Amino acid sequence: MSKQQPLLEVKNLKKYFQTPRGMLHAVDDVSFKIAEGKTLGVVGESGCGKSTTGRAILRLVEPTSGEVNFDGIDILKLNPEQMRKMRQHMQIIFQDPYSSLDPRKTISQTIEEPLRLNHIIPDKNARIERVFELMETVGLAERLFNTYPHELDGGRRQRIGIARALALNPNFIVCDEPVSALDVSIQAQILNLLKELQSRLNLTYMFITHNLSVVNHFSDDIAVMYLGEMIEMAPAEDLFTQPLHPYTQALLSAIPAPTLNKKMDRIILKGEIASPIEPKPICRFANRCIHMQDRCRKEHPELIEASTGHFVACFLVQ
Amino acid sequence: MSEHTTTAPIPTLEIKNLVVEYRTEDGIVHAVNGLDLRIEKGKTLGLVGETGAGKTTTGLAILRLVAQPPGVIVDGSIHLNGENLLMKSEKEMEKIRGKQVSMIFQDPMTSLNPVTRVEDQIAEVIELHEHLSWNESLAKARDMLELVGIPGERGVDYPHQFSGGMKQRVVIAIALACSPQLLISDEPTTALDVTIQAQVLQLMKNLREKYQMSMLMITHDLGIVVEICDLVSIMYAGRVVEHGSLEDIFNNTRHPYTEGLFNSLPNLEDRKAKLKPIKGLMPDPSNLPPGCAFCPRCDYAMEICHTDKPGKVYRTEDHFVECHLYSEQNIGEKVIGK
Repeated sequence: MSKQQPLLEVKNLKKYFQTPRGMLHAVDDVSFKIAEGKTLGVVGESGCGKSTTGRAILRLVEPTSGEVNFDGIDILKLNPEQMRKMRQHMQIIFQDPYSSLDPRKTISQTIEEPLRLNHIIPDKNARIERVFELMETVGLAERLFNTYPHELDGGRRQRIGIARALALNPNFIVCDEPVSALDVSIQAQILNLLKELQSRLNLTYMFITHNLSVVNHFSDDIAVMYLGEMIEMAPAEDLFTQPLHPYTQALLSAIPAPTLNKKMDRIILKGEIASPIEPKPICRFANRCIHMQDRCRKEHPELIEASTGHFVACFLVQ
Repeated sequence: MSEHTTTAPIPTLEIKNLVVEYRTEDGIVHAVNGLDLRIEKGKTLGLVGETGAGKTTTGLAILRLVAQPPGVIVDGSIHLNGENLLMKSEKEMEKIRGKQVSMIFQDPMTSLNPVTRVEDQIAEVIELHEHLSWNESLAKARDMLELVGIPGERGVDYPHQFSGGMKQRVVIAIALACSPQLLISDEPTTALDVTIQAQVLQLMKNLREKYQMSMLMITHDLGIVVEICDLVSIMYAGRVVEHGSLEDIFNNTRHPYTEGLFNSLPNLEDRKAKLKPIKGLMPDPSNLPPGCAFCPRCDYAMEICHTDKPGKVYRTEDHFVECHLYSEQNIGEKVIGK
């Protein structure tokens, strides 16, 4: 999408899980690029594979097949020790602050850990200094230094996760729903903070979220996922003004806008996301689509470039 | 009852000067500090605020479910259809909970029992309150499932077999099983996807109409408020700092905090616009500032704000604000927002 050398290039990434009922296609043939210093927003409903994509890129789950080129290196070929080193540059902020924090570690211990393990700051006092700095960066009061995750609300817990990810000064961060647990006023602070850090440190983000107004604000490009597949990808502005896929259109219309002046025509989708187990080679959105044609139930639409930089997988535009 | 004039209809819910504290070893947490709230029959009030504003505590206080200790309802009154709930015995409250007032919570997984079939969980409420036989209760439970858009035969399944949206539908089915007059919804769609959120909100709107129910919608999402509420109370540090109709709050914003909330939201129309977050953090409820609680974060703070608590100033009969910027004279103008 961008002519610059991409920092991250993902090719035909697949992650299948073996289940008793068959093969679960969590991520199915996903390809994209993110240029250095840019943000790719990834949106979609729970279970669409957006988080698994983020994790597969960092090899937190081992991809089934595909390529993940980070700064020219296919990281899927790295051995564990090389991968551990590589992870200093690739961090993740997790979705659920409950399960991503060790309940028996204090805030300061949690934030300090990556600094200690990677020998970034060998001196204890200097490390503590850095922990305080990181806590301040993410808006955690000093008095919380020795508190445990269970004593804090979800918002503060998420801040610990952000501080921990920032600790190693990475250049790429997978942000997996980083602000979903935060209050609006705090959410805005964190979004501004992440943006400011991006321009200051030239960070590259993959921003996974279900919150479309946030992704619009935050991203350069946006990819929409549905049932493991990328069904539309375009520059943010294009996607919001000219959504081509019926699912994207429904998704955008479902955002409750905090304004009285504009009543949107809401497309209320029927049903829920279908099963990702052994999906048939047809359009996976067909059963919920208001424009469904015969063809959609017989063939699988491929992702094509409908206009410059705007990719879509739908027979309506083919 | 004497406090109501005979002409005015009795509101479904009327809370006056509610004060709730959590008395912990580390000090007193002032969760709710003199809250007034009123919901007429069939209306929906949005209670908007951030984590720690006291929204959930308010909801729990209505059901008298504030954990005690450490929670104490120190002062105030909560009238449901004219009856003071704070005067009820625990036995009487058991009859009210789930029957006259129901509450649904943000996370449907934690409010459902993971080892009980969902139809049993719905039937339980019906059996208890409607005094039906177990089989009749089960039949009604399946009807309730259908009503919320789940096939009745899925009632034999367990919560983990449902998606998040369906689990929340089950929770709604439980809450509405005995047609309550008041439904307290604590962030009911926060854990759901937008397309599912749209479905659930649509469902709640339909059911509200069908049952002529009043609703207290606890949320942080002003978009949802537009979608489903008639009136809005903006809550900060345990008090309602601004209250009015949708029109009042959205188009005639008065309180700097309300304005701050709007400025914090990404604008869908203008994606380049920089977010203007409210500076600082919510005050520690165990150590609230002596004057206006919002004052340390307020761009318009004056000397008086640090020392005196502001009183209510009314712009219209409904719309009021608690802020020292306003007086009877200037409440007509919007003095904030440049």
